[in-house]
Amino acid sequence: MPERINYWGIPNTWGSPQLYVYAMMGFAAIVLFIRFYQQASLWWRVGRPQVCWDKLHLRFGRLIKYAVGQTRVLSQQYPGVMHVAIAWSFFVFFLGTALATIDADFSKFLIGNNYLVYKFVLDTFAVFFLIGVTMAAYRRFIQRPRRLTIKPGFTWSLILITLIVLGGLFTESLRLAVERPAWALWSPVGWLIAQIWITTGASDATLLNWHLSVWIFHLLIVTVTVATLPVGTLVHILTGPLNVFFSKIDRPTGQLAPIPQTAKGEPVYASTLQGLTWKQLLDGDACTECGRCQEACPAFAANTLLSPKQLILGIRDGLRQDGPALLGTGKVPLLVGERIKDETVWLCTTCGSCVRECPVLIEHVDAIVDMRRYLVVEGRVDSKLQDALANTGRYGNSFGQSERMRARWTQPLEPKIKDARKEPVEYLWFVGDYASYSPTLMDITLKTAQIFQKAGLDFGILYDSERNAGNDVRRVGEEGLYEMLMDKNSDALSKCTYKKIVTTDPHSYNTLKNEYPSNGNGKHPILHSAELLDQLIGSGQLKLSKKLGYKVTYHDPCYLGRYNGVYDAPRRVIKATGCELIEMPRHRDRAFCCGAGGGRIWMEEGKVQERPSESRVREAVKLSGVTTLVTACPKDATMFRDAVKTTGNEEHLTVKDLNELVYAAL
Amino acid sequence: MNIVVLAKLVPDLVEELTIDASGAALDMTFARLIINELDDHAIEQSILLKERSGGQVTVITLDLEGADDVLFTAAAKGADRLIKIKGDFAGGVSNHALARACATIVKELQPDLVLTGVQAHNDIDGSAGPLLAECLGMPYVGYVHGIAISDGKSKVLKEYPGGLVAELDVVLPAVLGVQASEQPPRYVAVSKVRQVMKTSKIEERSASEWDANGAPIIGRMFQPEASTHATMITGNADDVATKLVGIFKEFGVL
Amino acid sequence: MSQDIYVVIEHLREQVADISYVMLAAARESAQNTGGKVVAVLLGHNAKGLAGNFAADQVLYLDHSALADFNPDAYQKALTDLIGKNQPRTVLFGSTSIGADLASVLSIRLNLPLVNSCRSLSKDGKFVSQICGGKIMAEGELPAPTALVAMIPGGYKVEQGQSKQSPPVTQVDVPVLESLRVTLAKYIEPAAGDVDIAKEQILVSVGRGIQNKDNIALAEDLAKALGGVVTASRPVIDQGWLVASRLVGKSGKHVKPKIYLTLGISGAPEHVEAITDSEAIIAINTDPKAPIFDIAKYGVEMDMFDLIEVLTEKVKEAKGR
Repeated sequence: MPERINYWGIPNTWGSPQLYVYAMMGFAAIVLFIRFYQQASLWWRVGRPQVCWDKLHLRFGRLIKYAVGQTRVLSQQYPGVMHVAIAWSFFVFFLGTALATIDADFSKFLIGNNYLVYKFVLDTFAVFFLIGVTMAAYRRFIQRPRRLTIKPGFTWSLILITLIVLGGLFTESLRLAVERPAWALWSPVGWLIAQIWITTGASDATLLNWHLSVWIFHLLIVTVTVATLPVGTLVHILTGPLNVFFSKIDRPTGQLAPIPQTAKGEPVYASTLQGLTWKQLLDGDACTECGRCQEACPAFAANTLLSPKQLILGIRDGLRQDGPALLGTGKVPLLVGERIKDETVWLCTTCGSCVRECPVLIEHVDAIVDMRRYLVVEGRVDSKLQDALANTGRYGNSFGQSERMRARWTQPLEPKIKDARKEPVEYLWFVGDYASYSPTLMDITLKTAQIFQKAGLDFGILYDSERNAGNDVRRVGEEGLYEMLMDKNSDALSKCTYKKIVTTDPHSYNTLKNEYPSNGNGKHPILHSAELLDQLIGSGQLKLSKKLGYKVTYHDPCYLGRYNGVYDAPRRVIKATGCELIEMPRHRDRAFCCGAGGGRIWMEEGKVQERPSESRVREAVKLSGVTTLVTACPKDATMFRDAVKTTGNEEHLTVKDLNELVYAAL
Repeated sequence: MNIVVLAKLVPDLVEELTIDASGAALDMTFARLIINELDDHAIEQSILLKERSGGQVTVITLDLEGADDVLFTAAAKGADRLIKIKGDFAGGVSNHALARACATIVKELQPDLVLTGVQAHNDIDGSAGPLLAECLGMPYVGYVHGIAISDGKSKVLKEYPGGLVAELDVVLPAVLGVQASEQPPRYVAVSKVRQVMKTSKIEERSASEWDANGAPIIGRMFQPEASTHATMITGNADDVATKLVGIFKEFGVL
Repeated sequence: MSQDIYVVIEHLREQVADISYVMLAAARESAQNTGGKVVAVLLGHNAKGLAGNFAADQVLYLDHSALADFNPDAYQKALTDLIGKNQPRTVLFGSTSIGADLASVLSIRLNLPLVNSCRSLSKDGKFVSQICGGKIMAEGELPAPTALVAMIPGGYKVEQGQSKQSPPVTQVDVPVLESLRVTLAKYIEPAAGDVDIAKEQILVSVGRGIQNKDNIALAEDLAKALGGVVTASRPVIDQGWLVASRLVGKSGKHVKPKIYLTLGISGAPEHVEAITDSEAIIAINTDPKAPIFDIAKYGVEMDMFDLIEVLTEKVKEAKGR
């Protein structure tokens, strides 16, 4: 009768094996909890409070999707399969041990078929595990991809877990070599290894000795692994799921948190780690150093100082090294300036690729914006950015031109565009700085207006009451200026009568939709022009008479795609113009940022190896037959047009805004 | 170290300037007033001096549109006292009148040093700095880009054309006309300015006398007509480059 | 009380500044209205020889060791004395680091009206001043009975203030110049520039539009290809992207090259006054309304970054490299 014999082959001579096991495991658990608590308590003792235990059902859902399901890890094939093989196997082994404990101490049920299935499943997962570990060893020692940190701690963890599993397997195999039960094939791997022992011809007594030794070894290795878990690289088993559980659920990705205030109403800035929330400090500890964020980062690809991975590790290392000082009365080291360089913080384009890639849901962009808020208040801003902010503050646009010139682009149009401040309109078109003032883009703005007119749209603009929407001002950390712009725009909007807002600028779109208070924007839906065109074409209100037949590729703007999930509308519009769309390798939520966001277009460029926009243009050019790169953001159009010139691809690629494409197909 | 800075509000040149109905003055209806750029440098210099050796900085300006913003921004950078001079400035502001009105107030403050921008673009009757200096009976040195104070004495770096600089010893109290602050004017976050608006107060004084004597009378203001204009070269980069090479050859350069 | 026009000559380290001749030319025109003499006022020490080519009817020379180098306090005292005694019709000062330290102070001290930023004095007794960055001109009657005028260049050519005949020099008593509140400690020479841009024939000049230090290399390439050097306007020097010896402008050097090619320079008066002697100014700027286009011979409305490298290539080709 197949059944699980508790502590098979372990003698009682020096006391009950149960005692040893529970003592060792108890000891390891205590060490684990104490050490983990020591580390974890730094999060809330140093960091600011943050409520992350609302909407529990959503949080558990995330836990299942990301921590158990590992969907983010699986977004890359090889490492995905590799990690899942290891992680799921361990979930199974953990479950198996738990079941064995229940069977041993509470209710015996691992009997008969239960037991056989139990053994089979465990053995199968042991195989998966070993495949995973082999893949991991290959990756870490032979492949050595750049994004990984190759350091002994990771090797040590790999060795420990392998030894644990091998220990288990070998123990099982030695037992099978002695027992040789009829159902041995239900533990196929164990039985296979057992053949080795059988072949040696060793006596049962010898085999029992080996069994005991391996069992003790297994127990010791598990003890060591558990006790050292908090200080080794395996700590992500705890911190990863915790980070996933406590991740941002209360607001959309495109919405930044306001500047926190003390009880007295004074703002709190991230001058030291104490300015970050406990969850942001957990972000640091949850990092597994996988480097996927780094790989996706446009600033890193341009070979600049910014690596999102190193930034987060900077928070982690800072907490570990400065923790005691931060809690004591000694000199508290500055976060930015000492731990992390000013320059690094400014290099971010806030594209959100890092956040999208991270398997443990670290939120890099929020931490960077918090650090920038501090730098701005300290005046540590480069002169070009200073000018852009001063201009935006004074004139409401970053170009430094009078606000009275904002609607000058409308002059050639007949009939005149309605003034939404003076008469009610159905669609209020929020034009945005770049579309209004940039001489090279005015053409696109005019075409957009003509498309709206052709579709018989009832639309108007705010003329010179419009100000920069403030999306990038906010991401640069100038929260005060952002509030000022938001107040002015909201005020202007509140005096108008309109049903919906439409804009061609994804940055304005993002902040109007996600960050402007509902009474500034009212309950008015906001559309990007791609969405509007999609609706108009779909309903037949806008008729396209020509089929352009170009082979094109489309760049998903960061603030339209990744931040707000608008991927399909522009694609349908492209299709409607009769163009054939060939996707770039990095498309949809993996689109590679043009490099202008997060205020970067207002800053000194610094040393770059290859501009992100150039890398993207080269990616487009590689697609055979593609003649046009279609964009849906004025900044993208600007950046890519420049990049086409600087990479010498004028013969191969033209950059067209989506509106230009539609205009050509009218 | 007691420092006073005189800041002027001048028309913003970004806006298109027009002449009013009288034909002899600027039409101020749409003109925006902003701080004279060199006065911004003077404020920055005063804050730098305060940071280096302690003391107090007082900023004075006329009660024109935008004055509050100028004063609060200065306070956010570190200025201690803010003074606004009230009066009827509808007829225009001449630097002579400004200097005389300020002199009474500045005398009370008993400063060690008075700083102001060495010039402003609308200085039709001279610059405020030297006019004020003489009203105060203090020495004046202009085109200054470096100031060092020690033991009640000042060493000043004065710019001459061609990059030549003179180091001068100037007895205090004195008025200095700033050409450039030692560091570019710092950025101050809007939130800081807003915060300062809650905590700082602007003192108001009246202009006891408004004596514009010394300013010339302007009969007519007009926009210059460019008598010439460049011959524009058009085309794409290639075309333009070719044409330019042709011009270089014409001038014997190639 | 006379109808004479006094011109306060500016000189530094034994060099008479160009503005002095511009003022003499203006004085000549104004004298046609007042009927008085053009009198050059020269303050200095052992500096009589500088007056050789003044287009003046007379030179009043004040010699004192305290006047050897420009000293605002000393010059103010000497001029207060002179103007107070002689009461001329007009006194001209340069709108410079020398003249601007004098004119306003004397306006208050002597209670005389001051016309600032003046470009020209007409035969019919009017002044024309340039303000608001050159966007606005102000015209009026030259104040009477005595007016102080601070002059900017641009209205007259230097040659108009020069003469082959030396004017008669009269030495005048100098008042006591003691207990001066300002004293010269020393001069600090500009960092030894590798080149004297005032002597160069081909200049490629960059303005704020160059955006950062690294892009200057593009201008260097073009300059090198043309056989010239790179110069800049004030904002570039203030940022530290080029050494001060490359500054072209009011507080920098006046240049007179054959070709003055500007990249991203808008044409502010302080810069323009230093380049009007160029044979050909070629301006490249994205703003069609930039004032530089009013004084340039050729203009290109284009982003300089679209043009520089192409132009450099073509120049190299033309030179056969």
